[in-house]
Amino acid sequence: MASTETTGAQGAVPLRKAPTGDADVKDVHDMSGLEAGLDALETVTVGRTPVGQVLLKRVLPPVTAIVVVLAVWQIAVSAGFSDPTKLPSPHAVWQELADRWNAGDLFSIIWTSVQRGLLGFLAALAIGTPLGLVVARVPFVRAAIGPILSGLQSLPSVAWVPAAVIWLGIEDSAMYAVILLGAVPSIANGLVSGIDQVPPLYLRAGRVIGATGLRGAWHILLPAALPGYVAGLKQGWAFSWRSLMAAELIASSPDLGVGLGRYLENMREGSDMAGVFLGILLILFVGIAIDQIFFSPLERWVLRSRGLNSRSQ
Amino acid sequence: MADTLTGPAAQTAGPAAYAAHLDHVSKAFGRPGAQQLVLDGITLDVAPGEFVCLLGASGCGKSTLLNLVGGLDKPSAGGIDVPGGRPALMFQEHALFPWLTAGRNIELALRLRGVPREERRPEAERLLSLVRLSGAYDKRVHELSGGMRQRVALARALAQDSQLLLMDEPFAALDAITRDVLHDELTRIWSESGLSVLFVTHNVREAVRLAQRVVLMSSRPGRIAREWTIDIPQPRRIEDAAVADLSIEITEELRGEIRRHGQH
Repeated sequence: MASTETTGAQGAVPLRKAPTGDADVKDVHDMSGLEAGLDALETVTVGRTPVGQVLLKRVLPPVTAIVVVLAVWQIAVSAGFSDPTKLPSPHAVWQELADRWNAGDLFSIIWTSVQRGLLGFLAALAIGTPLGLVVARVPFVRAAIGPILSGLQSLPSVAWVPAAVIWLGIEDSAMYAVILLGAVPSIANGLVSGIDQVPPLYLRAGRVIGATGLRGAWHILLPAALPGYVAGLKQGWAFSWRSLMAAELIASSPDLGVGLGRYLENMREGSDMAGVFLGILLILFVGIAIDQIFFSPLERWVLRSRGLNSRSQ
Repeated sequence: MADTLTGPAAQTAGPAAYAAHLDHVSKAFGRPGAQQLVLDGITLDVAPGEFVCLLGASGCGKSTLLNLVGGLDKPSAGGIDVPGGRPALMFQEHALFPWLTAGRNIELALRLRGVPREERRPEAERLLSLVRLSGAYDKRVHELSGGMRQRVALARALAQDSQLLLMDEPFAALDAITRDVLHDELTRIWSESGLSVLFVTHNVREAVRLAQRVVLMSSRPGRIAREWTIDIPQPRRIEDAAVADLSIEITEELRGEIRRHGQH
């Protein structure tokens, strides 16, 4: 097919040199047809995965993992590897959860911590974002505080708890201070590395179409840096939550109310191993839940819309 | 060819007799004392509505020259005058923004040009149909083929409504069939719009296929070596005998320029 067409075209060479109106019309027809064919051949169609596939590939594996862990746990308890004061049975932990539910303080315990964590995270977002922008774009600031900002990420923010308590007292503000010190460096560093990884071609292309200065930052730089920024947000949340739990475990005061960390510490003081396990599991559960509700969908959306998600193909 | 005379460029060019004017432009890179001269005394005019190809081997500074005309860099000496304002520029890579759809990429250029909101969408649709991609408005960049991306990039460049279009080897990364199709598209759009085009390539046949004038540059430093005016009527084909003959002549000249570098 293709070869006959090529020979035909070569045979038409003399005609092309003096195109008539007819030849032009024919040419246009050939071109749009050819182009449509090329487009159809080369376009990648990305379909949505059916629900059954989603259940099989995304829901089944984690459910299996949880079932296996519970089974191993139950076997370990039944086989008597350890006495019940050190290793409670899954059922005892479940009973503890039911007791808390019946006592009516389950949600207030979770909410106390979640609300602190999210508020602290939002504050960290409001501080970390402009900070990251300034560090990324102003060489003097970067040289001055860039290394400190990276270094702060490796300093466990629980190290700030004693200082925060002395400065701010055993109050909510001390909790927030510890969250900020944990999350702000992550968020700022995420934005800095996001901006550093923006391909220079985008910035040049932006300048060509007139996106300079602030308009360039808004239309080109920030959207281009979004994947790194979202990764920073994810890590920032993880750091917020960890710092908060550490702070709640250490700082004890009736004014603070009972959050998850305090609940866990109370159970330890009462040597209630089922309660300790429940505390650990709830902290883990909340951390995963917030990530799955907010940050993972955000990250998936950012990556998928740019064709960066290999799972979409 | 007659189309170019009636195009908008011919009407609005006004007093300026050129779409771009380069007057003894030189460019050196590096620290003072250890400078390397990349462009040396380039003097070149692009007439309104003219299609000029800059041809040269690696290291002749043709992309640097395009960046200077596009205002992305400043010359070390000499002057550049582009009376029509900021030129549009197309790169070898499509340089479309992956966080926007094809249509939104074009609308961003319109928005930055100051087109009112309600006019942007219809204008973007019009530009997409101009490059024969009417259905692609909502497509993400990664859903388009290489040739389609370059057509969207062309539509985005046209959205700047500039009288001068700079093209930096825009088809070099495409397969031969697609490149052929895009040559036809570019020729059609150029002759309909009356744009001036300054097109950089190292592909001699491409230059002869497209241009009214081919400017051969020598390398290190880049200087203008020779010029050819091409009067083979459009639409040409890359297989045309006349295109092939002239390509052979120009290729010989280009090889001669390259050989000179092996001699010292």
